Amino acid sequence: MMKELLEGIKNGNERKIAQAITIIENHRNMGFKLLKKLYRETSLAYLVGITGPPGSGKSTLTDKIVSKWREKDLKVAVIAIDPTSQFSGGALLGDRIRMSNVSTDRGVFIRSMATRGSLGGLNPAIYDTVLLLSAAGYDYILIETVGVGQNEVDIVDLADTTLVVTVPEAGDEIQTFKAGLMEVGDIFVLNKSDRPGVDKMQLTLEQMINLADKEGWEPPIVKTVATKKDGIENLTNKIDEHKNYLEESKLLEDNREEVMRRQLINLLEEKVLARIVNPIKSSAEFTDKMKKIKEVKKDPYTAAEELLADKFQI
Amino acid sequence: MSDKEYKKKEKNWREGTYKNTVDSYGERKEEFKTDTGVKLDPLYTKSDIEDIDEKEDIGFPGEYPFTRGVYPTMYRSRLWTMRQYAGFGTAEETNERFRYLLDQGQTGLSVAFDLPTQIGYDSDNELAQGEVGKVGVAIDTLADMETLFDQIPLDKVSTSMTINAPAGVLLAMYIVVAEKQGVDPEEIAGTIQNDILKEYIARGTYIYPPEESLKLITDIFEYCSKNTPRWNTISISGYHIREAGSDAVQELAFTLADGIEYVQKAVDIGMDVDDFAPRLSFFFNAQMNLLEEVAKFRAARRLWAEIMEERFGAKKEKSKMLRFHTQTAGAALTAQQPMNNIMRVTLQALAAALGGTQSLHTNSYDEALSLPTEESVKIALRTQQLIAHESGVADTIDPLAGSYYVENMTDRFVKEAKEYIDKIDEFGGMAEAIEAGYVQREIQDSAYKYQKKIEEKERVVVGVNEFVEEDEKAKADIMKVDEKVEQSQKEKLNEVKEKRDSEAVKKHLKEIRKAAENGDNVMYPIVDAVREYASLGEISNVLRDVYGEYEAQNF
Amino acid sequence: MSDKRIKVLIAKPGLDGHDRGAKVIARGLKEAGMEVVYTGLRKTPDDIVRAAIQEDVDVIGLSILSGAHKHLFPEVMKKLKEEGAGDVVVISGGIIPEEDHQFLKDLGIEGIFTPGTPIKEIVDFIEENVN
Repeated sequence: MMKELLEGIKNGNERKIAQAITIIENHRNMGFKLLKKLYRETSLAYLVGITGPPGSGKSTLTDKIVSKWREKDLKVAVIAIDPTSQFSGGALLGDRIRMSNVSTDRGVFIRSMATRGSLGGLNPAIYDTVLLLSAAGYDYILIETVGVGQNEVDIVDLADTTLVVTVPEAGDEIQTFKAGLMEVGDIFVLNKSDRPGVDKMQLTLEQMINLADKEGWEPPIVKTVATKKDGIENLTNKIDEHKNYLEESKLLEDNREEVMRRQLINLLEEKVLARIVNPIKSSAEFTDKMKKIKEVKKDPYTAAEELLADKFQI
Repeated sequence: MSDKEYKKKEKNWREGTYKNTVDSYGERKEEFKTDTGVKLDPLYTKSDIEDIDEKEDIGFPGEYPFTRGVYPTMYRSRLWTMRQYAGFGTAEETNERFRYLLDQGQTGLSVAFDLPTQIGYDSDNELAQGEVGKVGVAIDTLADMETLFDQIPLDKVSTSMTINAPAGVLLAMYIVVAEKQGVDPEEIAGTIQNDILKEYIARGTYIYPPEESLKLITDIFEYCSKNTPRWNTISISGYHIREAGSDAVQELAFTLADGIEYVQKAVDIGMDVDDFAPRLSFFFNAQMNLLEEVAKFRAARRLWAEIMEERFGAKKEKSKMLRFHTQTAGAALTAQQPMNNIMRVTLQALAAALGGTQSLHTNSYDEALSLPTEESVKIALRTQQLIAHESGVADTIDPLAGSYYVENMTDRFVKEAKEYIDKIDEFGGMAEAIEAGYVQREIQDSAYKYQKKIEEKERVVVGVNEFVEEDEKAKADIMKVDEKVEQSQKEKLNEVKEKRDSEAVKKHLKEIRKAAENGDNVMYPIVDAVREYASLGEISNVLRDVYGEYEAQNF
Repeated sequence: MSDKRIKVLIAKPGLDGHDRGAKVIARGLKEAGMEVVYTGLRKTPDDIVRAAIQEDVDVIGLSILSGAHKHLFPEVMKKLKEEGAGDVVVISGGIIPEEDHQFLKDLGIEGIFTPGTPIKEIVDFIEENVN
């Protein structure tokens, strides 16, 4: 089965790629086996992240950007991320709807993923999926997510180039920008720029960019009207410019190293959770300590030390 | 009895007589709510209509604000038009059904078109496969239209056509069919639905993007104001919004908000509101909560009159009159125990009659299963005739006026709808609100809440979650559309294309393109093209080229 | 460690624009803990199968009220098999006359959920039929 998958991935077989992603998401250990085999032969695709508040037109922009790239015959993958419901654990993944242009194009692969409410970090499967898609031969990968939480900022931070989208009426949603998006943005996209208020928003953005004070690359503001394809060529040009900048200044390597460092930490945390914390949680000792905490015969701080000491003989 | 005495008596009743009985016997539910979630009082009294100004808010039939009816004599002069929505298969088959219905006593026609026609595709288009003639009649060229109205005098019968994105083309065809019958454009009477905003919200048969579609609509307003004075240029619809799951207040509010947008657009291009407003018409849903629906209809008239006078400064009384068609709610029909639907439709139709509708379509009892058979559509028509002639409700005007409950509800509807309209104004109008997804979200939330209520049995649907029959047998004879329709339609289309003057067609298609590119009124070249048997698909594709296609934005 | 959620594709094949049911079901399935991809309107059988494959769904739900199911559903099932995805559970809803139900079942569409079906029934069916 592993052999079939590996072959399929290298041949660009969509079904095999899709099945591999499912394994990576849901059967982590099996997924690791797969990724181990692929890692050293894989050259990373160029990763573009796109985020912004709901209603800013991200999906439409994604659709248009991908179409532009396709004109150059680049193979493109899109990962569209939506939040998992904290209540039910389910999710509504509705971004495909707006990608009607590219959904019939054989050179484009679209996958919707849920955040799965990871403990405060990233759904670890997302970066792994980027690796997988790179191994399958995609040149560019676009990750789309909703920019309203720290989680989403983390996701986009994986990217080589990050697009932050806003619209003239955002007004109060500038609050969003305080969540770290200003630091994360490499290019700011002012979408629906045929609306009233666009000049005011542009000024506001310029001010906030100055405050964020990024060294080296000055994040440009690109005005677009995605539904009319206005400004899209300009936008993809700016993405290319940023890519060139990163490559020439060696920052691309450095950034990716940082991402890989974080991924390694994520993996360690994931494994510690799986191999140490979870077994402890379901052990008899744990129940016993909880009982004692309830009876105020033990405090939780001591309990934690003792549980770990037991496990590691520290 | 003085007011003070009355209030005292009322208080005593509530806190004494009523409360004692509740304490002893209880009530069927903890709370009684309307469909909109309004908590119902056990009893409505004079106190509940204190704040309503009888002169300003209720008034008299045929006079501003028209709460009690748009005409002074209403059904005493003329009953509502009985207009059953019909269409399936080929133009021949539908023509037969039209003549059957007219024979059975219906008083106006209403055309249902198939999905390819509604979306501007000819029957030989790849995307039309499997869909030709299924939900309505297939119309590709003028030839089909001529067959559709065979033996039907267009100077004597009024026709409503449920067509939106390609409304201009079908209207053009209707005009030319009339022309060939020797009937002047000035004489034809009818309606085209032509309401694109609700397509984006709730119905899905859009073609072009919003801005361009709105231009097509104002082109039609202009064309008709000059050429077809008896034709209703638009049927601003709430029916579908309700079917998509909105509640009654949302139905009212979103419909009128759509209306505001259309009027505004026409005014923005320089039209005088009084030149086109008299020919705007509306289309509402008649759902199960009878009294709430009556209140909704009355509120609609009052609120629209206010809007036309205050927001748009209309001078003609006709500009302020909300005339409407009603259809009984499809969403209320059940596949289980379908005969129950006959009673449902009766109650809904009664609400429409008590609400003062100008025309009415009653659903057939088997429509949760398929299109109506001749037998079931006849029963639906008879339902209207029974109400009109046997129940007495048509013999006096607005009979429920003065009811404490109905007047209180009417007033409440006006107030609550205004809140929604204010919210939509904040977005910058309905087109903006739709693009922001606000309207769709409201509707989806209501739809979901409704489903939950049914599954939790908070809302009873007889035969579905109560009084269920486990081993029901399916209804045997349901309507089936002949699969051969697609083939015969393709053949017909080819024949027409061979016989027509292709040069003339090409010339007129070019003129349509030019008019669309220059922002001129496209109706004139469309009429010319249609006369030469240009097809619906050919014309729609020219406009697709120039205007682009709408891309759905939201979940 | 498996966090696996059942993944469902809800699709509207053909020209039919009535999506109230599809959207209510999508939401209901989400509240039952499933991950639901909704395709939007006017999808061809090709679009639907391709989406199902890329998303590697466990279930495809086809919603149609226009009477074109006898033309469109076989297309979907055929393409699914061609792409090697014949093991995906396919269910359907909308206006599908009883006399067509056997036709659908013969195609491999076991779940047919017409008006009046409670969401729970669909959730149960999916949970029972997905491995």
